[in-house]
Amino acid sequence: MAQRKYDIKSYRGFGAMTILCLVVLYAPLVVVTIYSFNASNSITVWEGLSLRWYVDVFSGPESAKFKLAAWNSFVIAIIASTIATAIATLAATAIVRGGKFRLRTASIGLISLPLMVPEIVTAVATLIFFNYIGFDRGLLTIVLAHIAFCIPFAYLPIAARMQGIEDSYEQAAMDLYATKRQVFTRILLPLMAPGIISGYLLSFIVSLDDFIITNFVKGAGIETLPTAIFGAVKQGIKPNIMAISTMLLAVSIIMVTISYIVSKSDNTK
Amino acid sequence: MAAQAESGGATTDTYKEARTWLLMPAWLVLLVLSLAPVSMILIYSFLTKEFRGGVIWEFSLASYDQFFFDRGLFGDEAPQIEWTYITIFWRSIWQAGAATILSLIIGFPTAYFIATRSEKVRPIWVFLVTIPYWVNLLIRTVSMKFLLRDQGPLNDFLLSIGLIDSPIHIVNTNFAVQLGLFYSYLPFMVLPIYASVERYNFALSEAAADLYATKWVTLRRILLPAVKPGVIAGCILVFVPSLGSFLAPDLLGGAKNFMIGSLIEEQFKGNAGNWPFGAAASMILLTMVLIILIVFARRQAKAEKREG
Amino acid sequence: MPEDQSIAIDVRDAVKRYGDFTALKTISLSILDNEFFTLLGPSGCGKTTLLRMVAGFEDVTEGEIYLYGEEIKNLPPHQRPVNTVFQNYALFPHMTVLDNVAFGLEMRGRSKAQARSRAGEMLELVQLSQFSNRKPSQLSGGQQQRVALARALAPQPKALLLDEPLSALDQKLRKAMQLELKHLQRETGITFVFVTHDQEEALTMSDRIAVMSEGELQQLGAPRDIYEHPHNMFVADFIGETNLLEVSVDTIANGRATCHLGGGHELTCNQVDGIAVGAKVHMSVRPERLFISDDPAEGESLKGRVQENIFAGTDITTIINLADGPNFTVRTSNSNRGNKRIFEPGNEVFVNMELGAARLLVD
Repeated sequence: MAQRKYDIKSYRGFGAMTILCLVVLYAPLVVVTIYSFNASNSITVWEGLSLRWYVDVFSGPESAKFKLAAWNSFVIAIIASTIATAIATLAATAIVRGGKFRLRTASIGLISLPLMVPEIVTAVATLIFFNYIGFDRGLLTIVLAHIAFCIPFAYLPIAARMQGIEDSYEQAAMDLYATKRQVFTRILLPLMAPGIISGYLLSFIVSLDDFIITNFVKGAGIETLPTAIFGAVKQGIKPNIMAISTMLLAVSIIMVTISYIVSKSDNTK
Repeated sequence: MAAQAESGGATTDTYKEARTWLLMPAWLVLLVLSLAPVSMILIYSFLTKEFRGGVIWEFSLASYDQFFFDRGLFGDEAPQIEWTYITIFWRSIWQAGAATILSLIIGFPTAYFIATRSEKVRPIWVFLVTIPYWVNLLIRTVSMKFLLRDQGPLNDFLLSIGLIDSPIHIVNTNFAVQLGLFYSYLPFMVLPIYASVERYNFALSEAAADLYATKWVTLRRILLPAVKPGVIAGCILVFVPSLGSFLAPDLLGGAKNFMIGSLIEEQFKGNAGNWPFGAAASMILLTMVLIILIVFARRQAKAEKREG
Repeated sequence: MPEDQSIAIDVRDAVKRYGDFTALKTISLSILDNEFFTLLGPSGCGKTTLLRMVAGFEDVTEGEIYLYGEEIKNLPPHQRPVNTVFQNYALFPHMTVLDNVAFGLEMRGRSKAQARSRAGEMLELVQLSQFSNRKPSQLSGGQQQRVALARALAPQPKALLLDEPLSALDQKLRKAMQLELKHLQRETGITFVFVTHDQEEALTMSDRIAVMSEGELQQLGAPRDIYEHPHNMFVADFIGETNLLEVSVDTIANGRATCHLGGGHELTCNQVDGIAVGAKVHMSVRPERLFISDDPAEGESLKGRVQENIFAGTDITTIINLADGPNFTVRTSNSNRGNKRIFEPGNEVFVNMELGAARLLVD
């Protein structure tokens, strides 16, 4: 073998570890995706490619339950992420463009609180809270809980984006006779758009994927996709669950990819 | 000029006058739906339990007492240390620690490798590592279970290449939980380390090499100290959520490998629950997590100050 | 400057403090109508702060600012009829060039169509009509610069403020833009207030220059005046190159001060108010006002020895050491050197200057 050029940056084996890392990350997902196309009734035996479990998800005996759960999940995710993104956009404007003020650090802390508290604790806390104020558990409690923990996920990309926008654009606009409101709608919002879209998509996924908090605050008989899947998996992994999982997985990956592409698209260049 | 120096960086004050109104919705929502509930746990942990779930509004230390002390079946014996819950907490710490070390062993070389790629492809590598994080945690854990089953694809594969004679049992072991936790939070290890290696000035490594240090000595003596904040951040970001995780121990660990998350969950499910006890366990978990985060934040602040 | 010229911007006793730090220490100056006025100074001298106070981006801690007799210090930027060309242009990246230029007009209440047609005219003025539908990022630095100019001029401001607008351009483009700016100012008849740290740029373009340092006004005057009659050490040192030497004043008579340098050499300088006999001060003499000869010439002559020659294309710089005394830097132009010979290191020579070329400076 030819002598490799001495490269101060490269360590032998690190590349292999990276490949191993990716294999570990993707193997379970790939395997489940493959087995979701299995023609067999058993999850152990491979009997060739088939779409029967996808058909089963949409028209099989359990289809009504899963369709309702999916509908709930998407409605909750759309409402929660829309509200969370709006709130996060305003908050980011205050924190990034509001100068220095006393409650600034406290505000950042409050916004990141849902990220610091373990999810199981948030779940328990929310349950106790709704129980204490006598709020009946149902779809609304899920939406409210989701809004709270979606805010930091929406906030982070929006604030990061805003920090990247020089304030000279706003000054130039004001210099050219724009009021602050006009500066916000005509200059800041369009420039922040990638951050806002990215924040919206991330909070949407986070809401769509949440299991633990939802499981605690949902009312009896109300299911979202994750809680329905969890309930089903408790009886053992079945092929139709793998089909649902694969679809949900695809939705997440597509949305993250869009979010990634949007955030890389630099509309200031 | 001074004005520019001041307005440079993140904070500017275009919306100084409006900031109270802009922050109002976030404050309202988070105070009511995040801070208030978390504070309520503290209160509930000092209440008396009601059978069939719920609480009686009477001050009591019973939950914390139950957590730490065994007073016999009728509560009249001399208190002895109650090991059941401490063991569960200890197991959680141990499992989270093992998962953290596993993540570090795989995550550090990965982060380093990515950070030393060309600037163009780096974001793509980072993206590849982060995608699985955004896939539903439940689905990922179920997939892991499916892969690791006795008759699962991993055992099939190992059997077919003749590496093993009979399936290895992974599911329902401690190791399965560690793997699950590692799998859940690996990107959290990679990203902060990646960020610090990317900022690292490789001229320092060159200087070390010039002064006769081998590559591995350079790694240990020069690079590692420089990227330590990233490594610590990564370890905390994996350790903290692992500590309170519910899905990985529940789905991969089985009944013998109970962790804090499951203990808490049990107290709020069905009629067997004990809400004040669950609240007390949550408070103990939360206190542990906050201590770790505060110590870390202090250290980071100090390090930043040193760097100026 | 004519007496009847009215005052465009009048800064009266303006002070700017950031907490304990004083960025501007009581500055008063009047910028005249239709003038190309430059604020010149090193970074941190407060020139940009002053400009931003006029634009409305910094509040005025103390003092007043008048625009054509109207007090403006409490107006927000969007109500001040002045426009700024920002250092990095701050062209709105999500708008086309045309929309950028039309923005200010629209904000002043013109219809979109009107604003655009006027913006089109402005782009014609800066010769960028063919780029109106491009995004700013698709233009070169020089073109972006011209768009920024067109955008700021479009609403016909009462004064145009320019914050180091040429600093991002390369040397050649910069020279071209300097001329273009000067012409544009003549054509539009708008008062330009230009901020720069580049003294050569300031000398080339300005009608008048205010030299600033550490938040204080050092000298205000026409470029020639400032160059040839620097008032103090800072100005003499900052503008152009000079021989800055310590002297003590022996006698003062008839507007001249007889001084001596280190090594006992005697030199007659221009007298300056506020410097008395016996004072130890600095004097300044520009290198190009000196010439070298074998024998003492008329005027002032000092005897020395050539130490070094530095060839720099259009001219030669010679360093001459006075016996037991300081060094002088002499610049000889290569174009009018004629048959004057180049003195070699070691030659015994005389450094000569006209009477009045050397000026005493207050510290």
